[in-house]
Amino acid sequence: MPNMRGDGMRGLAVFISDIRNCKSREAELRRINKELTNIRQRFRTDKTLDGYQKKKYVCKLLFIFLLGHDIDFGYMEAVNLLSSNKYTEKQIGYLFISVIMNNSTEMKQLIIQNIRNDLQSRNPIFINLALQCVANIGEKEMATAFTNDIPRLLISGDTIDPVKQSAALCLLRLHRTSSDALQMNTEWTGRIIHLLNDQHLGVATAAVSLIEALVKRNPEEYKGCVNLAVSRLSRIVTSSYTDFQDYTYYFVPAPWLCVKLLRVLQNYPPPDDPSIRSRLNECLDTILNKAQEPLKSKKVQHSNARNAVLFEAINLIIHMDCESTLLVRACNQLGQFLQNRETNLRYLALESMCLLATSEFSHDAVKKHQETSERDVSVRQRAVDLLYAMCDRSNAQDIVQEMLTYLETADYTIREEMVLKIAILGEKYAIDYKWYLDIMLKLIRIAGDFVSEEVIYDRAEKGKVWYRVIQVVVNRSDVQSYGAKIAFEALQALACHENMVKVTGYILGEYGNLIALDPRSIPMIQFELLHSKYHLCSPTTRCLLLSTYMKFVNLFPEIKQHIQEVLRHESNFRSSDVEIQQRSIEYLKLSEVCTPTVLATVLEVMPPYPEKVSPLLVRLKQKKPLMDGSLSGAGGDESTAAVDGLNHESTHTETHKTNEQLTSSHAINLNQHTVQQQQQNGLLVSLDNESSTDENNYSLASILSNSSAPITSNNFYKQSSLDQQQSSFYPKPNSVPSTLGSKKLLFKTSDVIFENDLLQIGAKLETQKNICRCELYFGNKTDINMTSFSPSLALTGELIQQAFILELRVDAEQIKSTIEPKTQTKQMLTIECLKEFRDIPKMNLSFFYSNVPQKLEFSFPLYINKFIEKVEMDSNNFFLRWKNLDKPGQECQKIFSAKNPIDHEDCSQKLIGFGWSNLVGIDVNTENFCGAGILHTTGQQIGCLYRLEPNKQTKMYRLSVRASKDTVATRLTELLEDQF
Amino acid sequence: MIRFILIQNRAGKTRLAKWFVNFEDDEKQKLIEEVHAIVTVRDAKHTNFVEFRNFKIVYRRYAGLYFCICVDITDNNLAYLEAIHNFVEVLNEFFHNVCELDLVFNFYKVYSVVDEMFLAGEIRETSQIKVLKQLTTLTSLE
Repeated sequence: MPNMRGDGMRGLAVFISDIRNCKSREAELRRINKELTNIRQRFRTDKTLDGYQKKKYVCKLLFIFLLGHDIDFGYMEAVNLLSSNKYTEKQIGYLFISVIMNNSTEMKQLIIQNIRNDLQSRNPIFINLALQCVANIGEKEMATAFTNDIPRLLISGDTIDPVKQSAALCLLRLHRTSSDALQMNTEWTGRIIHLLNDQHLGVATAAVSLIEALVKRNPEEYKGCVNLAVSRLSRIVTSSYTDFQDYTYYFVPAPWLCVKLLRVLQNYPPPDDPSIRSRLNECLDTILNKAQEPLKSKKVQHSNARNAVLFEAINLIIHMDCESTLLVRACNQLGQFLQNRETNLRYLALESMCLLATSEFSHDAVKKHQETSERDVSVRQRAVDLLYAMCDRSNAQDIVQEMLTYLETADYTIREEMVLKIAILGEKYAIDYKWYLDIMLKLIRIAGDFVSEEVIYDRAEKGKVWYRVIQVVVNRSDVQSYGAKIAFEALQALACHENMVKVTGYILGEYGNLIALDPRSIPMIQFELLHSKYHLCSPTTRCLLLSTYMKFVNLFPEIKQHIQEVLRHESNFRSSDVEIQQRSIEYLKLSEVCTPTVLATVLEVMPPYPEKVSPLLVRLKQKKPLMDGSLSGAGGDESTAAVDGLNHESTHTETHKTNEQLTSSHAINLNQHTVQQQQQNGLLVSLDNESSTDENNYSLASILSNSSAPITSNNFYKQSSLDQQQSSFYPKPNSVPSTLGSKKLLFKTSDVIFENDLLQIGAKLETQKNICRCELYFGNKTDINMTSFSPSLALTGELIQQAFILELRVDAEQIKSTIEPKTQTKQMLTIECLKEFRDIPKMNLSFFYSNVPQKLEFSFPLYINKFIEKVEMDSNNFFLRWKNLDKPGQECQKIFSAKNPIDHEDCSQKLIGFGWSNLVGIDVNTENFCGAGILHTTGQQIGCLYRLEPNKQTKMYRLSVRASKDTVATRLTELLEDQF
Repeated sequence: MIRFILIQNRAGKTRLAKWFVNFEDDEKQKLIEEVHAIVTVRDAKHTNFVEFRNFKIVYRRYAGLYFCICVDITDNNLAYLEAIHNFVEVLNEFFHNVCELDLVFNFYKVYSVVDEMFLAGEIRETSQIKVLKQLTTLTSLE
């Protein structure tokens, strides 16, 4: 048994020993209950309890509480202890209320009165206890009650130093928790700032934290702190460690104060005043110099303290980003750390380098230090971050190669992120498609095998990678034979990820003939290779392979027999999987009844996927009918106008070219075009109904028997609905011009949605649940009548083609067909959201203007968020719901850099404008945003939750959205990711 | 800013939990368990920092005790790592070769030490001499 520790309260020590000696949880519980009964009894009946006894019992209650048991009595006794004039009793009283009663409303006024008494007492120790208690609890009532007392203590000349320290931090806590209740008098500003100069370094240390918080709130008012911070810093770093006896920590003078000062300075741009600026530069220089001096102690504490200051100095240098010599020195210093034996230092160096990689001066210097061999996962993660951050056109090949090499041995936990990063870099910096294909196939080979499909977004991202590979091969005739070759080779590996089977299957089905002359990959070998994987694959992959086999029947008639055998085989022909069975039966029939010519038509090579047209071109085309040659002049939004100006020549001609190509392809390949359309149609159908495909797909056999019906390639490659899948992964596709300005009405309910020289169109939306009432105002800007005016709202892409699952139902009011000069016509639309949608509607407009027919088509900025209704909820509720939405597809998270300076108010307004709520007090970090909303559609109500976390230092945001229905979270994230 | 300070032993028993923001009681319990789970599995050769939810934990192990400080992502890692050590040295001095049992039996005094050195989630006092002097004064009081 241990000695009786806890001197002073013997009963407490005995009780603690007893608890520790309990052999079982039950015994402990019995002992506790016995004690609780005893204490309750004492409190109730014994009127002669003295201060010591009360203190002892309250302390026991506290101990029991800290063991995890509820305490529902003894509050009064604890509060009584506050008015004791003995320190030890007061301390236990304060401890009890700040640990146990910090949220309860009981006796609040009594407690506040006791605190007030202590704050006004002459005993600094009591004042300190009271301040510490307020700082620990930090609630609104206290902010209101002591809004004068605490600042008075802080700036009064009579206050002793330890009280000032507590007062400063007490004020900081109240400022954080209830700044609205705290009246900060501007007369105090100067006095508070001057605490930086306080002789007592402890006071300065405490005060800097307060000042930094106030600076963040009102930088202008506290601007004066820059000078004082610089001079204080300068005095510390230039002095010897012996000058600061008490505050020297392992030969480093006041390291924590230095760190805090350097952080305050990161809230401001470099000082304007040249003398201050040069003094600051000297400080930073000195800090960098000291890092080169030999260590004064072998203890890690010494180097840590020194480097704490050094890293903060480097942060400031990066923040100022203007002194190239300092930047280069900082970078070299970090480079040295990368070689250091200390894991901590390597980790921190990599972290800082990520920041530095974005600074132009240091970019080259950073590149020298590419290194990834590390034992600690977190360090390697930083290294990958750094590689990613510093990748550019010149080093992309090396970096991607390096990341791939590393991926083979990378830790499980960081693979998914690496896969994504490699795919992005590969796409972004692809110089030729062969290289791109190499990289992507390698990626699938390496990561496909190891990364579990359960990892939520890995599945989505990797899935998109293989879709994308196929898309590239299909669209580039120059890499088709190369693609077929390397895909074939990749599949020869012993262990192969299923995604690799899919890619190879698809590619060989289309272009296997291109490598069939090579004796190593004659048709039969191709077929056998694929079929050797068949039985190991999931049903969806098998379906895809069956289609490949069918394509082989056309490409290689000589192996038709073998394929028919496979199709006829029990396990396919009578498969328990409906889809496999259907395909087997239909393909077999197809191969038996069709002539080679019919087969060749049915099984023709897939047409190219529509290339993504740049948003700019789409915009230009939209403008074209009206502007006729005067491309650059008109009043589009600023960003486009600027680009127009720059690229005028090239884009102009390009537009023409594109148009020409389009028309010619229309004329010649009309047939193919329709096939393509239908095929897309089919793909979209199957995407939404993956489980019940049999209903929605035309049965090929029935089409054939009905031979006049157009032949579609409807059933081929169901899973390859590239367009839809990949669009959330890659920069936005053509559907919506996604520049900042064009997502109009995203946060607002009314705006001008279109304008040119002739016409201005305004829209005003009002949504209730799933019904949006929209008022459109068409304004004729000219001096002539517009006649035969007919607007119509059509649905684009996926919306219109899925006739049987319409997303939106639009009910438009008839309007008169003439708009007189300089007048407006109003049209009412009622738009019902039947189902969540992705693409936004298109507005088509035709009219006559001085007898010339005009046609306009533009995107009508009605986004899905307009059907969100905000929901208020408390923290418990929020997190409960958040946790429940954890299935794959329900969450989408994006990290993106800030387009505008990060401003709390601005973010909050946007989020509210977006439609959902902005819940205050849910997230422990007050800089973050959380909220909730319900997306109303006719069929369903979809719950949506979000969390937005700004990071001011890196100027990045992290947005996480969770929604109860697949794809909704992704869509909402896409809408917001470029808006902050 | 410090969100909380935890001292736990290897078995996961909490020896100190100091919260600088208001959490619900069951949230506190969850945080304690999560921190224990991520910190104890780490190798001694690993960094003393680990990302945790949207914060990070700066921690150091002393014998069987883990001292963990949860701070914001952008906070200075080394400064808090040494703040832990500074705190441990003060405890060591104050309890004359501190051991785990001192923290158990004198839990209410440990809170006083914390309040002297950390307040409102910030570092209040860093001078060991000053802190110990103040603590000695307090101990001498009735």
